[in-house]
Amino acid sequence: MAATVPTVPAPALPQPRKVRRSPREIAERPATILAAVGAAMALIFLVTPLSGLPGWALCTYAGFVVADAFDVYRTDGPVVAKDRVATVLIATAGVCTVVPLILIVAYVVSKGLHGVTKSFFTETLEKVGPSDPATVGGAKHAIIGTVEQVGLATILATPLGLMTAVHLTQSRGRLARVTRVLVDAMSGIPSIVAGLFIYTMWVVRFHEGFSGLAAAMALAVLMLPTVARTAEEVIKLVPNGLRESSLALGAPEWKTTVRIILPAARSGLVTATVLGVSRIAGETAPLLMTAFGSDSVNTNPWHGAQSALPLFAFQRVRNAIPTQIARGWAGALVLIVLVLTLFTLARAVAARGRKAR
Amino acid sequence: MSDVDLLVEPARALPEPRQLTPGLTTGDRVFRFLAAASAAGVLVILGLVATFLVLEAQPALKVAGLKFFTTFEWNPDGTPAHFGIAALIYGTVVIAVIALIVALPVAIGSALFVNEYAPARLGRPLVALLDLLAAVPSLIYGMWGLYYLQPHLQGTSRWLTTHLGFVPFFHTSRPVFGSSMFIAGIVVGLMVLPIVASVTREVLSQAPRGVCEAALALGGSRWGMIRSVILPFGRSGIVGAAMLGLGRALGETIAIALILAFNFKITTQVLAPGGGSVAGLIANNFGEAGDAQRHALVAAGLALFVITLVVNTAARIIVNRTSKGRMED
Repeated sequence: MAATVPTVPAPALPQPRKVRRSPREIAERPATILAAVGAAMALIFLVTPLSGLPGWALCTYAGFVVADAFDVYRTDGPVVAKDRVATVLIATAGVCTVVPLILIVAYVVSKGLHGVTKSFFTETLEKVGPSDPATVGGAKHAIIGTVEQVGLATILATPLGLMTAVHLTQSRGRLARVTRVLVDAMSGIPSIVAGLFIYTMWVVRFHEGFSGLAAAMALAVLMLPTVARTAEEVIKLVPNGLRESSLALGAPEWKTTVRIILPAARSGLVTATVLGVSRIAGETAPLLMTAFGSDSVNTNPWHGAQSALPLFAFQRVRNAIPTQIARGWAGALVLIVLVLTLFTLARAVAARGRKAR
Repeated sequence: MSDVDLLVEPARALPEPRQLTPGLTTGDRVFRFLAAASAAGVLVILGLVATFLVLEAQPALKVAGLKFFTTFEWNPDGTPAHFGIAALIYGTVVIAVIALIVALPVAIGSALFVNEYAPARLGRPLVALLDLLAAVPSLIYGMWGLYYLQPHLQGTSRWLTTHLGFVPFFHTSRPVFGSSMFIAGIVVGLMVLPIVASVTREVLSQAPRGVCEAALALGGSRWGMIRSVILPFGRSGIVGAAMLGLGRALGETIAIALILAFNFKITTQVLAPGGGSVAGLIANNFGEAGDAQRHALVAAGLALFVITLVVNTAARIIVNRTSKGRMED
């Protein structure tokens, strides 16, 4: 008895859908890169619309993008090819943002390095004639001026900025809302307008004349919004539990702020201040009409025109004499090192604070 | 056994309840007042800026009248004095627009790269370096632009004018390049790049992750996801970031003062030497200016203050609105 079991023929499996290759698979295909670069090179040798190294690089890049896109289009279709082009362009933009910084720092170092000698820090321009070599004379007066002006500006702006931040974080009133908008508006004030403001008020109306203090006030106007906004951000990060525990234990509000919240945000507050300093240390425009500049040492910030590093560099570069321009580059190098060091320091403190928390 | 000695302690008198003073202590009031006064100080400073600029600009504005906004000349010391900011405002805007044309695509690209493409190992240093770029002083950009970029852009300028000279902007009547609005614009573009990029990055990072993942799950490519989710979401934020960059670009001073050769004409030839800028003119002329000229320069500064204040405030409002009105997942 051979029971014939009716067998149903197995249904044919549907054709597996063609799965798109991932961008990574495409990127790692050496043939694509090679073909693209090859095609780009060939293209460059055929037609060279731009001259010089930058022109050549630009053409090679354009050729690479086109050839690469075509190669991907051939195997994977238009959607993947478009994605590929977008990826290449976006990655280029991302990397490109770093190029100017490298170019600028490298150029300033190459131009300024031989001008930074011992005399740069110990001499002034008082007795320097137009025919003296660049190694004679220095920027001692400008360095003294910068230290005094930036120091005074910090003393003026930091307490005001911190207290403003405290108000912004603890009050929900109308003043806080208005202030937040105005601090933003203030951070957009052109630096030259800050200089004009102090000039019209302090130098002209109050008859105080040019001085380091006037420069410091102009710089403080520029520093205040940076300090206030950054400090507000870091105070906001302090856990609310700390504040509530302190209040629950019976501490008054002001003591909670001064003894609990501000110490908890300490490293962030240091960052806020140093960021503010790094913002103003390189400002030139407001100094033109407040400190005015001078060639000799003036240690008294309350009275009389003073120089400052950025002002020194600006006024040297303005000069047509090559040795003066060389001094200007030395000043620029010292300035950029100072500013970038301060900035990196601020970041490092902030990072350490984050880790501690 | 008459009475049992109950081990009951006599009730003790309750201690006096602690005096609680509800509300704020005197210290609190003083502290709150100080904080509020500091916040109000910001208000006062802005008010003072406006007041003193207006006071000091008045003599010049009286002389020039409404012509201050329409005159293409800068001769405040002459008799009769003839000066106005029309050409300067034009130059300022042209430079700022060139700066944005340079900065905006790179800024959006770098924001997308850091947010969507780069691994954290690469993204974080990129952000740090971009912030470092923001810390470089304006003066150094100016010196670099003048001595390094200008000679290097000669070829580009020449190429643009020979091959694209039919576009009015790239036309030059004489083959002289440099000290132009084009170079100033590119340098200013590099200067505003960090702020535009960081605001764009912030705004685009708030795109709803769920919708992004849905787009990818439906088979969209990464670029498709960016185009259909992230960019539409961030459109107004990008506009705000661009305006913030515009505000910065309008107020840029020292770099422009170093690079530009000032003339007081309105020209579309951005590659040729010449052009104008309000802030740059103030920096250039202030040192040697007499009384009449200083009043005129303060008046120009006042105009700049008003313009940047309006642009910046509008930009902030747009940016803040984007970050508040998040799309729901």
